[in-house]
Amino acid sequence: MEHKKSGKIPKAPVGVRTKRWLFDFKNQIPLQMMVLPGVVFMIIFNYIPIYGLKIAFQNYTVVDTLDTAKWVGMENFKIILTDKYFWDSVYNTLGISLLKLLIGFVAPIILAVMIYELKDGIFKRVVQTISYMPHFLSWIVLGGMLISWLSTNGMFNSVLKGLGLITEGKNILLDANKYWWIAVLSDVWKSAGWGTILYLASMAGIDPTYYEAARIDGAGRLRQIWSITIPLIRTIIGLNFILTISGLLGSNLDQTLVLMNTQNQPRAEVINSYVYRMGISQGDFSYATAAGLGVSIVSVVLLVIANKLTSKMNERSVL
Amino acid sequence: MTKGKSFTIGGDRIFNFINRILLVIITCIIVFPLWNVVVNSFSTGEAVAAGKSVFWPAEFSTANYKAVFSDTSIWMAFVISVLKTVIGVICHVLFCAMVAYGMSKSYLRGRKLYTVMGVITMFFSGGMIPTYLLIKSLGMLDSFAVYIIPALFSYYDMVILMNFFRDIPDSLEESARIDGAGVWRVFISIILPLSKPSLATIALFHGVSQWNDFMTAKLYILNESLYPLQMKLYEIIVQSQISSMQNPTGVVIATTSRGIQLATIVVTTVPILLVYPFLQKYFVSGMMVGAVKE
Repeated sequence: MEHKKSGKIPKAPVGVRTKRWLFDFKNQIPLQMMVLPGVVFMIIFNYIPIYGLKIAFQNYTVVDTLDTAKWVGMENFKIILTDKYFWDSVYNTLGISLLKLLIGFVAPIILAVMIYELKDGIFKRVVQTISYMPHFLSWIVLGGMLISWLSTNGMFNSVLKGLGLITEGKNILLDANKYWWIAVLSDVWKSAGWGTILYLASMAGIDPTYYEAARIDGAGRLRQIWSITIPLIRTIIGLNFILTISGLLGSNLDQTLVLMNTQNQPRAEVINSYVYRMGISQGDFSYATAAGLGVSIVSVVLLVIANKLTSKMNERSVL
Repeated sequence: MTKGKSFTIGGDRIFNFINRILLVIITCIIVFPLWNVVVNSFSTGEAVAAGKSVFWPAEFSTANYKAVFSDTSIWMAFVISVLKTVIGVICHVLFCAMVAYGMSKSYLRGRKLYTVMGVITMFFSGGMIPTYLLIKSLGMLDSFAVYIIPALFSYYDMVILMNFFRDIPDSLEESARIDGAGVWRVFISIILPLSKPSLATIALFHGVSQWNDFMTAKLYILNESLYPLQMKLYEIIVQSQISSMQNPTGVVIATTSRGIQLATIVVTTVPILLVYPFLQKYFVSGMMVGAVKE
């Protein structure tokens, strides 16, 4: 319908097409004036920083501008390869991310199935309302809470003492070996409920006659979940998988900054917090940018792989 | 056959029972820690230090809240948080809606280019340091504007609004056009009033992220009088952690601040809990549109 307005004629000479394009553009200047601020915004706040990535190949100091900084080629990346602290942060990022992927990706699916199996009613609504709530706490708030819960006389130690599992409380957050689990489990606690929303919405669209048919064939509830519910929300699972993978290495900076302390730092430092410390705190902009850039490239590669994997998975199951 | 059926019904009952029990446990795992925070914020420093308040305040006290509310810097931070959330949400929603209205017209020239530009921003970014250097060169370090301007536009939110706008029937616009109204007129007096629910969805989600945002202040703000509540809370937490590690014997110092810390946490979270009931009806629409129509 709208094509008429632009008067699309196949294979018109380029000059004519350009003229027509400009003519149309002039006619919609008020409309263009609504869109162009957004375009200008993206150029300034998205594309200039992308251009700014070139300082990863420079030796940028505080007195430089983007154009006067000296080019050093791959120098920064070479130093990174031998930087123990960087690789420690990569190790921690991968460890925490993989655990988050294993637990944090599956937990919302299980929780969604459990909620879906409830009859509509007050109990279901209460469970949903409560499980969504932690998502709205900021990491600073949750971090503050965790510090309190995990402290020597905090909730966790009180509960463990009450159960008779330990006699003497200690500050769990100071134990570097437990940090990964604190990071992962607090993340799951915060986001599992929220993660059910999409699954529940897509489960709501499942035809109930499938379940009736399965019941007549003698399938139990677990069997129905495994053979009907899960296969029918496969697309959303795949979609979420891609989103999770692409965010895998960008582990939560807020969370790390609030939970990290001098004791657990060896296991708590992730790439983002390392970039933050090197760049913002120590002013080594080029080096920090190079570290961040390396990670972004790996993230994009992971995204592409995840996309290939899920599309293959879905095709095969569709066939 | 009948045997199998009766087994299924019995299995059903067991399944429902176990399912409910597990969900009750999960709900408790979420609620109890939150309750514990509230309980401890209403306890005396000694009770918190001894870990006496678990389900109920061992020694009830409002001293922590008195301390929080008498601290003018916390009030200042609260005001900054409110201002940045309110101004930020209004600017963000109107800006995104304006762009989205233009983009919702498929005859818009250059639309393909704009779309490609936008999609690229969803996958690539300059990252922390180049963005920091940009903000610095724009002179926005240590200014209130840094809360508002870099958060003005989000391609993702724009796409959500654009999809809503597309569902508005053209006929509604056309009659206004015939009466001689320009695009701006149509946008302000027809489109915006018609899309209140979608604008509210974006507003509420952006509002929560503005309220909870702490990295902006952490990265770009040094002037303490511009700290939002989240940043103030972070300062309190970090300081009390340092003090409790420096003098492990000085339990009292560390724990009085623990109570104040928890009271600040509660104060920081209450505004979110107040909008939560309003927010709830937009959860599904907000999540669905973003994920499915992308």
